[in-house]
Amino acid sequence: MNILDFLVPGSVALHYAASDSKDVITHLGNLLFDAGYVHETFVAAALDRESRLPTGLPLSGDVNAAIPHTEVEHVIKPGLAMATLSAPVTFQNMISPEEAVPCRLVFVMALDQPKAQIEMLQEIAGILQNPALINSLISANDFEEVRTTFSKAHS
Amino acid sequence: MQMRKTILVACGTAVATSTVVAKSIEEILRDRGIDVITRQCKASEVASMISGVDLVVTTTPLPGNLGVPVIQTLAFLTGIGKEAVIEQIIQALNP
Repeated sequence: MNILDFLVPGSVALHYAASDSKDVITHLGNLLFDAGYVHETFVAAALDRESRLPTGLPLSGDVNAAIPHTEVEHVIKPGLAMATLSAPVTFQNMISPEEAVPCRLVFVMALDQPKAQIEMLQEIAGILQNPALINSLISANDFEEVRTTFSKAHS
Repeated sequence: MQMRKTILVACGTAVATSTVVAKSIEEILRDRGIDVITRQCKASEVASMISGVDLVVTTTPLPGNLGVPVIQTLAFLTGIGKEAVIEQIIQALNP
């Protein structure tokens, strides 16, 4: 399995200038909706979940990440959206929600069954633990560079 | 022979995060010769799932005193402090 098996090419936003975390979740959720992966309710559900159960993850490198997702009923088929941000926006820390985490990498996961597609999150976790790979993702300018970065990571 | 210990793994929605954490814990402990049973649930379900559980590992805050040791960690997602958390888990299982 590789993250490219899940990533929806039309749902990748590079150097996106997000005004805040809601903006980036809405943008990626809309891209997944346009691509037919999620129902209309997905964005509102993901925003609601993020406000109650935040997903910001402080990482070991300079860039932190967030992994917004929501309940399975809002999803049509499994897929992954990704944004790299031109400037960090604030997510709250998953483990201590009162703490702000400035994030420049956001993965929105569309999962259609509980405990399924865990390979998707396992692949994401592998990426989160690789600061060099994250730096090359952040500097990627088009989907081909994203593809190359992930392909290298897998070999 | 020791009894197999049971670890309850909690996250926000029990859709993905707790499964990844549970699998990761199982694999790492198995490599060290420790066989554990893992169960997964939402943070809001922990109190009702606590019976027969030796340790709770969670990626989100949990309510109150559960009567069993609780380890809060993001290490299985981010890799930060993973080795220390594994030691903590092993110690919590063998008091």
